[in-house]
Amino acid sequence: MPCEEVTYMKQRLELKVNGQTYEVLVDPWQSLADVLREELGFTGVKVSCNSGNCGSCTVLLDGKAVKSCIMFAPLAKGKEILTIEGLATESGLHPLQEAFIEHFAVQCGYCTPGMILMAKALLDENLDATEDEIREGLVGNLCRCTGYVKIVEAIMAAKEKMKVTSSH
Amino acid sequence: MGPFEYFEPETVEITLSLLRKYSDTAKVCAGGTDLVVRMRKRALNPQFLICIAGIRELDYLGFEDERGLRIGCLTTIRTIERSPELKERYPMLSEVATRFGSIAIRNVATIGGNLCNALPSADMAPMLIALSAKAKLVSIDGERIVPLQDFFTGPGKTVLRADELLVEVQVPTPPPHTSGVYQKYTTRGGEELAVVGVAAVVTRGSRNESCTDVRIVLGTVVPAPMRAEKAEAILKGKIVDDEIVEKASDIAADESRPRDSIRGSADYRREMVRVLTRDALRQAFERTQSAR
Repeated sequence: MPCEEVTYMKQRLELKVNGQTYEVLVDPWQSLADVLREELGFTGVKVSCNSGNCGSCTVLLDGKAVKSCIMFAPLAKGKEILTIEGLATESGLHPLQEAFIEHFAVQCGYCTPGMILMAKALLDENLDATEDEIREGLVGNLCRCTGYVKIVEAIMAAKEKMKVTSSH
Repeated sequence: MGPFEYFEPETVEITLSLLRKYSDTAKVCAGGTDLVVRMRKRALNPQFLICIAGIRELDYLGFEDERGLRIGCLTTIRTIERSPELKERYPMLSEVATRFGSIAIRNVATIGGNLCNALPSADMAPMLIALSAKAKLVSIDGERIVPLQDFFTGPGKTVLRADELLVEVQVPTPPPHTSGVYQKYTTRGGEELAVVGVAAVVTRGSRNESCTDVRIVLGTVVPAPMRAEKAEAILKGKIVDDEIVEKASDIAADESRPRDSIRGSADYRREMVRVLTRDALRQAFERTQSAR
């Protein structure tokens, strides 16, 4: 079918990442992962399979986990984006980050940012999550080093710490 | 990926005029979890991308006693999974949603996208067809209601015209004493696509154990989700026992048309249709004992 000449316009996009607002010019076919990494420098967002299977690109949008490699960047407009860079505060690492270190849940480390953010989404939603629920919640995040045992141990330990903190 | 020209219409009306104008050179994007992957593989190369994610009025779950459930096309699978009212009234649908991808996929993937992409392995389709759901399709010229059973025409193919948008899925209220079960088989669980999917919805008589209505819908093992009507026919009106369930499952396996693929051979899949149909029917009948 004949159609008029196509003009490819960059999109001006305002993204709120880790509490700060950024203005970027993006090609509309750029993924959110690509924009976060290449345009804004949040290289804690890992891209491995680039097809929505491995979960290493997981970030939180308004607290909900999404796979940023299979999301067009404009879909994140108006949402609070959290990447691993935004998790620690001035008072220190997040309990999940501490637990991952203490339990040696990191080997090559490539899945770790996505794994921690997915775990945060799970625990923020349900601090009483059982080990089965945690494992079920992690099905979209692949780790090829640890066999998951230490990752799950770390998350279960972080859960207890977070319970104590939230009850204060 | 790309290049393409990108639109973010704010209303359904604008979307429909864009679709009329650009027709099959355009593609609609809802959540994009299937679309981005296919575009990156160059399996799809639209010149125009119409992103409707911002039209929030298309994101809803509506419950009406007469008309049943209405699901806006932008409703995410996670919303379907988590809605307490849906779990109460259509537990078989929330159950399907829990078997769909992973949480991070379900947070973004929409019911409209899952149906319009029309992958033979799409998880939502078999149960919706078993529940006699319909799709509301709109274009500039008006709307039409199509039973989902007639919506799919082949892998990636539907009756949706290039100028139409699927805006709503309508699911009638199931009759009393009705239960449904979705059996999905994957080789390693997790986010994997179904090797075989079978949905069974069963209605039991109010005072006896006979089956007054039954729908069996096969997914993945057919080019487009399909009712196993011969298997349904031998169950209808019968007292249900193991023997008749086995017989119906054999027939359903014969009705399936699986192909060899990386996820399973045709013979294996056909055998799994038999096993899953049997399990789905047994569980569904069992659940009708407690269904309201």
